[in-house]
Amino acid sequence: MTKVKKNKSAIQRRLIPSYIFLIIISFISVFPFYWMISAATNRTLDVARGKLTFGNYAVENFNKLVSQTPLWKALGNSFYYAALQTILVLFICSLAGYGFELYHDKWKDRLFAVLLLAMMIPQVATMIPLFKMMSSWGLLNNVWAFVLPAISTPFMIMLFRQNSRNFPIDIMEAARIDGLSEIGIFFKIYMPVMKSTYAAAAVVAFMNAWNSYMWPKVVMFSTDSQTMPMLISTLASGYTVDYGVLMMGVLFCSLPTMIIFFILQKSFAEGISGSVK
Amino acid sequence: MNNMGINIQKKQQRAGWFFLAPAALLIFVMNFYPMFQAFMMSLKTGVGKNMHFTTVPFFNYTRMFSDKIFKQSIGNTFFYLIIQVPVMLILAILLAQILNNKDLKFRGLFRTMVFLPCATSLVSYSLIFKSLFATRGLMNEIFIKLGIFKDYYNFLGDPWSAKIIIIIALLWRWTGYNMVFYLAGLQNIEYSVYEAAKIDGANGWKTFWHITVPLLKPTIIMTFIMSINGTLQLFDESVNLTNGGPANTSITMSHYIYNNSFSGTNVPNFGYASAMSFFVFILVGILAFINLKVGDSRD
Repeated sequence: MTKVKKNKSAIQRRLIPSYIFLIIISFISVFPFYWMISAATNRTLDVARGKLTFGNYAVENFNKLVSQTPLWKALGNSFYYAALQTILVLFICSLAGYGFELYHDKWKDRLFAVLLLAMMIPQVATMIPLFKMMSSWGLLNNVWAFVLPAISTPFMIMLFRQNSRNFPIDIMEAARIDGLSEIGIFFKIYMPVMKSTYAAAAVVAFMNAWNSYMWPKVVMFSTDSQTMPMLISTLASGYTVDYGVLMMGVLFCSLPTMIIFFILQKSFAEGISGSVK
Repeated sequence: MNNMGINIQKKQQRAGWFFLAPAALLIFVMNFYPMFQAFMMSLKTGVGKNMHFTTVPFFNYTRMFSDKIFKQSIGNTFFYLIIQVPVMLILAILLAQILNNKDLKFRGLFRTMVFLPCATSLVSYSLIFKSLFATRGLMNEIFIKLGIFKDYYNFLGDPWSAKIIIIIALLWRWTGYNMVFYLAGLQNIEYSVYEAAKIDGANGWKTFWHITVPLLKPTIIMTFIMSINGTLQLFDESVNLTNGGPANTSITMSHYIYNNSFSGTNVPNFGYASAMSFFVFILVGILAFINLKVGDSRD
């Protein structure tokens, strides 16, 4: 017993450099978050002086933010666009992943290989033609301009396809004998079985939509349709920047994704690394 | 009976096509078709309905290579790429290796903290770093108090320090993200492989270089391609952290292309911007191809 204990403490002693390294890295990772929150509660003067403790100006900063910017409008827009985009991404891409994996044949596999090439297309390259397309369809500053180019991505289709590999084919046969149609199998069996994949994909899709910046900057340019990242970006581009107010805005922009991160961290990790399996 | 079986199978295959059709169609309309249009546009000049083919063929492409700012933006992007990507990936593998140790305490907590920067949007963290490194900002205060600096230093006003700060910010945001891939990869490696190595007398570094790295190779190649792809398309950081400055010395390719099409700082020139974006597309393709080839040949 004592021998085991001794062994254990020896192992822990050997890990001391690892602990030190991890503590330093963790501090660097967390510090900007702490600073963002503390700055949001301080006057810009104190922030500039390097004050690191919490102040009493949170309410004042918040009031300034609300009066200077369309905060609620932008927050609402971001939620609306991101929710719609997430739902559509999940539906369209899971349906495709289901089709590609469980009904696969030679030609579907070939098409899949072609679709994967879209991963190499940089966003900046399709930006101008897509802008023209949205403009000719009269969709500028419309939620559809925001979501349409982002609904179907090779990454998401691949995520669902890879995870469908473990889907039990026997169940499908049994369901067909029971008289379920092919689409019925998708809704009644595939969706419930793939719950954890949907959760992982939902986190990634929502984060992507919430954080997107370049494309909304191109098509959602009116003040009424702007998103949170656009709002805080304009807040920072003024001649004089009020750091307290700015960090309050940054906090509002980060809060939803941070909450999702903490609640669904496991799904998030699965989502980004899930298609690699 | 046999005939009917084939019919049912045909019906099922057709159902499969219906399921993947919306996604496939969207990729064609929203990715491949615009890419083709971008190429056509890159051969043209003029604005709006008056766009016409350039009198000198490929004029936009030849113009690109005499454009000082575009050349600068290529240089900047590669500077970020060459320094940031290797440092980040090595750090990420190291962290994953340390965090994969079953004897380590508080593993979950450490993992969460290292992974946390992924919870911020690209604009948010750019603005946080911009504020931290402002002339009247926390970093300056700290450096002055420690006696390292004598006077306030404008980090974002100097071409080199501005670029270094973009790299620091990128490292902060993406190291934990890549670590997650390596952690997932390491968990697929059987523990017995390590046990066997230990019995054979291999030390920590040896097991790392001769077991971990080779077994993680597919993951390393994938993260490499993703990071190259991401770095070649850097936009949010360039716009929000340094605004490309000072005097375009930290501007990225995507940022410059944007400036030439939508920003209002330059006269919009869709033809020229398309030519530059097509160049980015080719770069991404070439680098991904080289990466896959190099990855294959080492087998």
